Amino acid sequence: MNNYKEKLMQFVFFIAAGTSVLAVALICIFLFANGLPAIGKIGVFEFLLGQKWKPSNNIYGIFPMILGSIYVTAGAIMIGVPIGIFTSVFMAKYCPKVIYPFLKSAIELLAGIPSVVYGFFGLMVFVPLIREIFHVRGTTMLAACVLLAIMILPTIIGVSESAIRTVPKEYYEGALALGATHERSIFRVVLPAAKSGIMAGVVLGIGRAVGETMAVIMVAGNQPRMPQGLLKGVRTMTANIVIEMGYAAQLHREALIATGVVLFIFILIINLSVSALNRRFENGSN
Amino acid sequence: MSKLKVENLDLYYGDFKALKDINIEVSEKEITAFIGPSGCGKSTLLKSLNRMNDLVEGCKITGTVTLDGEDIYKSMDINLLRKRVGMVFQKPNPFPMSIYDNIAFGPRTHGIRNKGKLDDIIEKSLRDAAIWDEVKDRLKKSALGLSGGQQQRLCIARALAVEPEVLLMDEPTSALDPISTSKIEDLAVKLKDDYTIIMVTHNMQQAARISDRTAFFLLGEVVEYNDTETLFSMPSDKRTEDYITGRFG
Ligand SMILES: Nc1ncnc2c1ncn2[C@@H]1O[C@H](COP(=O)(O)OP(=O)(O)OP(=O)(O)O)[C@@H](O)[C@H]1O
Ligand SMILES: [Mg+2]
Repeated sequence: MNNYKEKLMQFVFFIAAGTSVLAVALICIFLFANGLPAIGKIGVFEFLLGQKWKPSNNIYGIFPMILGSIYVTAGAIMIGVPIGIFTSVFMAKYCPKVIYPFLKSAIELLAGIPSVVYGFFGLMVFVPLIREIFHVRGTTMLAACVLLAIMILPTIIGVSESAIRTVPKEYYEGALALGATHERSIFRVVLPAAKSGIMAGVVLGIGRAVGETMAVIMVAGNQPRMPQGLLKGVRTMTANIVIEMGYAAQLHREALIATGVVLFIFILIINLSVSALNRRFENGSN
Repeated sequence: MSKLKVENLDLYYGDFKALKDINIEVSEKEITAFIGPSGCGKSTLLKSLNRMNDLVEGCKITGTVTLDGEDIYKSMDINLLRKRVGMVFQKPNPFPMSIYDNIAFGPRTHGIRNKGKLDDIIEKSLRDAAIWDEVKDRLKKSALGLSGGQQQRLCIARALAVEPEVLLMDEPTSALDPISTSKIEDLAVKLKDDYTIIMVTHNMQQAARISDRTAFFLLGEVVEYNDTETLFSMPSDKRTEDYITGRFG
């Protein structure tokens, strides 16, 4: 009886685990089956490195969008990661008990806000602000970077904070007992001990930034041309797909799915480089 | 003159009075052992001597602790105090970094950047802690790869690297096998030439073997504090006698 039950549970677990694998496999198959032929028709180099995207003329180069995604994400990371890490350090090691619950729920709330609301906020606040300050059209790469930085904060803060909290307190005490200050103990001993967890948080943040669509579309301007600076508009890969999917047909449509393939490969590369990085860390410290 | 002097010290964890009217003088370059049943306040007193109790919320201390005549709870800089009064914890706690960086952490904290000087300190500390030969070929490897006994000696080396005057050791051998234990005991005796050592131990033979003076704790009080020989051969208090002869609950 027990044995039977165990077998059954094992089967249930197996099915559950299988579901996500199956989902990934199906997505892969769909993307590649629909996207790769288009890349073949357009030409790999013309598609990936082509600087012009003019579906009406049958020109499909997504290099501007690839760069757009990279720039916007990099900008968001440069702003969001330091703020996120410092916030998580504050929450785990400095925050007075009275403030903590408020801060914590504020950040959880930040995570729960739908991205279209973020986009709206960006449109109403950052875009006019940038227009005022720099006298340009407000919908710019800068607006997208700042907005994305805010959007990835909760992810980075949440993961980093729990990584910092799981560092054994013996490390911290050991550093203090050697005469190190609170700051030095945290930044030289506790944070390095939490680095792989913090790294994971940053990568999740990158993933979110690369994949974010709605909010970016609302503030980034979305011109399908090579990015020309922080104060000019930019179109990301996700935006490219969403904006044109509604009316695209035939090769145009396939080219958009192929954009999805590239996006997918991006995420794959990010994940792989992180596990490689983590392995390096572990080897370095073992 | 005594190196460390504890006078009329009371310590509360919240409402709980963990130490009651402690008076102890520790002489320079001696080993002082703290013995007593579990929960009697040995670790608590030890942590009061380098102010690690400051980390415990709700911990209140009255009375005075002086190091070379200076009150450690008054004007003394807390980081400087902890540099002068080093600590080895019951559970070995090497940092998750290389052996070299573990030892270098303290000296770097106190401003030593010169590579040659650091190298010298690291070799000397590791030699003093009797672990140099075992790790000299793997200084760049992680300290977490060492055995428990090696880790504890590494932690002793790490404490020595900041050149403390007093070394507090909280049951440094409780997690170790007999060979590692005797290595650390030998080490303590050797270190006595240069350092003042206070050691908490549950092992009565250990206290008798290596310490010069012994304090017997019971329920937050120091029942008896005397020369180790006297305390073990002619205890003046009945409770001490019961404890050291093993007749104690
Ligand atoms: N952080 C703390 N908060 C509240 N009470 C504490 C704290 N640390 C210790 N105590 C209490 O203080 C008393 C003394 O504890 P302490 O750790 O000093 O005992 P000990 O003599 O070192 O025991 P052991 O031999 O088991 O290590 C115990 O009753 C313990 O429960
Ligand atoms: Mg203890």
